[in-house]
Amino acid sequence: MSLSDEPAVLVEGLRMTYGDVVAVDGLDLRVERGTIAAVLGPNGAGKTTTLETCEGYRAPQHGTVRVLGLDPQRQRRELLPRIGVMLQDGGAWSGVRALEMLRHVAALHAHPLDPGALAERLGLHECGRTPYRRLSGGQQQRLKLALALVGRPELVFVDEPSAGLDPAGRRTTWELLRDLRAAGATCVLTTHYMEEAERLADHVHVIDRGRVIARGTPAELTHGGTSTIRLVVTKPFPPGSPVSLQQALGGPTDVTTINEVSLLITGPADSTTLATVSSWCATQGVLPESLHLGQRTLEDAFLELTGRGLT
Amino acid sequence: MSAPLDLSPRPGGAPLPRQVLAQARMEARLMLRNGEQLLIALVIPVLVLVGGVLAAQRLDLDLGRSPVDALTPGVLALAVMSTAFTSLAIATGFERRYHVIKRLGSSPLPRLGLLLGKVGALLAVQLVQLVVVAALALALGWRPALSLPGAGLAVVLGTAAFASLGLLLAGVLRAEATLAVANLVYLLLLTGGAVVLPAAQYGGFGGVAALLPSGALGEAMRAAAWDGAVAWGSLLVLAVWAVVAAVLTARTFRWD
Repeated sequence: MSLSDEPAVLVEGLRMTYGDVVAVDGLDLRVERGTIAAVLGPNGAGKTTTLETCEGYRAPQHGTVRVLGLDPQRQRRELLPRIGVMLQDGGAWSGVRALEMLRHVAALHAHPLDPGALAERLGLHECGRTPYRRLSGGQQQRLKLALALVGRPELVFVDEPSAGLDPAGRRTTWELLRDLRAAGATCVLTTHYMEEAERLADHVHVIDRGRVIARGTPAELTHGGTSTIRLVVTKPFPPGSPVSLQQALGGPTDVTTINEVSLLITGPADSTTLATVSSWCATQGVLPESLHLGQRTLEDAFLELTGRGLT
Repeated sequence: MSAPLDLSPRPGGAPLPRQVLAQARMEARLMLRNGEQLLIALVIPVLVLVGGVLAAQRLDLDLGRSPVDALTPGVLALAVMSTAFTSLAIATGFERRYHVIKRLGSSPLPRLGLLLGKVGALLAVQLVQLVVVAALALALGWRPALSLPGAGLAVVLGTAAFASLGLLLAGVLRAEATLAVANLVYLLLLTGGAVVLPAAQYGGFGGVAALLPSGALGEAMRAAAWDGAVAWGSLLVLAVWAVVAAVLTARTFRWD
């Protein structure tokens, strides 16, 4: 196996505890080069701990971690120039100007991107002279991404890249990460935005309570975008409703409880199904408030896997 | 529109000297831009010098020599202490707080480079301070019998001792606590640490004061400027402080 055939990230059996709290519990992760991988999960699922172990900030307590074939602890100095890291919070002096900070990190690298062009690409040129503490949350977020990319890394770790971004900022960020992949770099991002994982990632690793509970392409995880019906009623369902609706529908449909007034029906959303659902509502004495037809999303997949919403 | 960005990977760290220089320039700029830091680095030493000279003339104090000759070496020592200790401690405390050190920890800059960069920034700021204070003193009639080796060694060892103490503080306390303690210690040493006034003027406490890093630095600067001498005893005191504080810092400093 040649060096470049090795995966960009290989985590096997990682277990990390803080006192009594198990943050990461036997996690495996493999990210191929030239892809975007999303590590998706709710807050506290162990995403940041996993990333920080890959970045060499934390030593793995159990299990092995290899990044670009290197041990992030023992070969840290060799690894660091080759990766870019976007931290979740902070990372800049409060009085430093946006462009000044970007130029500074560029100067630590051998072949950096042109800081001015990168700032312009991320819409930071207008606030280039603004001190970090006066930047808006979205501007700080874009600057942190720029800091991760300016050294032209082979692999970037971005922790919650679009937290606090407006839709335009999110689009700019996504386009830049896609271009980065097209140019041959690898990207590992954490997110709790389903849309981000679906739209951006080649592979999604769904983690919950420190374990990977599902992985695959977005299409695999959403079963190729099976249609769904989201039923919301005006007062709580009587007990046993999911089972009784499932029986009424029969066939390949699946009914999941979202909360006491809403159910998710996964299966063909045709006129027969709709008719069955509304007549079932009549026999149960519940009044539909809305019937929302859509495609099965990662959010639905997460709900089915954990019985909980993501946020 | 500028040319499209070439995002293809081309990783690598800059040569270490270039990284250190970039880090030193960045930190020096930030220090000189910060109002409170500038107050401590320049305004207070200048006020102490001018105020001290005027007060000594008005009150007709007997300092054994002209007021400006008596006070200038101590004010230079104060300037060294303010930057190496107070400014460095506060800046480093907030770098930890804002995860700047963590951020740079994932850049190509190694910890040694970060440390060297800080030293470079300190020396640059001190150079500005020494030039300003010395120029002002010369204008006020300062005529030193200067021993350059004596003054140079005092500045270098004093910086090493105070910088190690500043990092020791910043590495274990929270940023706000570092700010409070660094300023308090600075004020205590300014008034009671034999930095501006000779240890001999502190009566029975003088023997203790001369063993403080402030007193040792002040005495070494006075020996260099008054007698053109190298005060080996005081320099040894500074060296011991530097080694002890550096060892403690290496054991206790938390980077994040």
